Amino acid sequence: MNDIGWLILAIVYAIIAPVAGCILAGVDRKLSARMQRRQGPPIMQPYYDVRKFMEKEQITSNSVQDFYVACYLLFIIITGVLFFAGQDFLLVIFTLTLGETFLVLAAYSSGSPFSQIGAQRELYMAMAFEPIFLFVAICMYLETGSFSISDMVGSGELPSLMMIGVFLAFIYGITMKLRKSPFDLSMSHHAHQDLVRGLTTEFSGKTLAMIEISHWYENIMLLGIIALFFADGTITGFIIGLIAALVIYFVEILIDNGFARMTWQTALKSGWLVGLVLGLGNVIAYILL
Amino acid sequence: MSYSTKSPWILHYDASSCNGCDIEVLACLTPLYDLERFGIINTGDPKQADLLLITGAVNDQNKGVVKQLYEQMPEPKVVVAVGICACSGGVFRECYNILGGIDTVIPVDVYVPGCAARPESIIDGVVKGLEVLENKLNKMREGTL
Repeated sequence: MNDIGWLILAIVYAIIAPVAGCILAGVDRKLSARMQRRQGPPIMQPYYDVRKFMEKEQITSNSVQDFYVACYLLFIIITGVLFFAGQDFLLVIFTLTLGETFLVLAAYSSGSPFSQIGAQRELYMAMAFEPIFLFVAICMYLETGSFSISDMVGSGELPSLMMIGVFLAFIYGITMKLRKSPFDLSMSHHAHQDLVRGLTTEFSGKTLAMIEISHWYENIMLLGIIALFFADGTITGFIIGLIAALVIYFVEILIDNGFARMTWQTALKSGWLVGLVLGLGNVIAYILL
Repeated sequence: MSYSTKSPWILHYDASSCNGCDIEVLACLTPLYDLERFGIINTGDPKQADLLLITGAVNDQNKGVVKQLYEQMPEPKVVVAVGICACSGGVFRECYNILGGIDTVIPVDVYVPGCAARPESIIDGVVKGLEVLENKLNKMREGTL
């Protein structure tokens, strides 16, 4: 793919991702309901939710939090655009982390103990996930000889069986980023007895709508990273990647419905263990073989 | 129909209920009744809730909590009193510690009688509450709320 192709892909992402992310979230809720033998909400429910947030009266406990949440949305979009524009993988990781930092800052800016605990747990989740993400980037580099996503796709080296370890580690870590059980510690609809709404306790109205929309953008970008493992620069590779991403998302829904929430200690320890064994193990395997 | 009525989130508070009505409220969320098919989520956060479901009569100890929950909810908001105790105080009406129904502390929009209120009537009450929600939203847009 040439530069124009990547540019078009990035623009398509910026426009389509919220729509696709919204439908994905709706299908997610419908499937979850079916797994619990319920009828479930309509597919467009996440869209109705966000439109409702827009209609509500705006309550802000600290005016700076709206700015931070807007920055979170902005940097999540930038992360996705950089990824789909075929830019540097490391840059994608750092921008994503920056976005995350703004979300945590927004939660810390209010006095609510629930949102503070949520922010703390979000940081632990980031600590557990970031190493895995970095090992993915390192293995991608070792396989294709470049950190640039456009070079990775164009190199013809992917998909590689050599990356199976880091791929499994990424699947493990993505559960944290998708905010699914057993790692939905920082914010969850199901955790309201535990920590109200965690991170988002103090957010309502348009601020909460921005969080939902960033979540849609983020989910599509994460599925894009799964698809990257299967990318070989052809349409077939793209379709296989897309199917793989959707299958893994389905498995995540299954896991979400089948597991209880872990404590942050277990989540952090297991995240690091998986990252160390599978991620670092994979890097060592590259060096030795 | 506005979007508010398509995704009403519920905040459930037990004022001084015997837990009978609370169990029925939770029963509405089970696969048999499945409130989520109307887009309803049982949230714990007053700042994100649209409907306040209160069970039990109000007493001196929790009237402050009820008021605070009501005040933390953003407009448009609807209060549903679930069960006869929440409506009027029920059999506890004459007790020395009971102030009476929820409407002695905050304005109530929908009354759901019953001891305990059946899930069907709770769902009915919530759906009736959606009409009130819509009216309030229209008033809010006109600037009269």
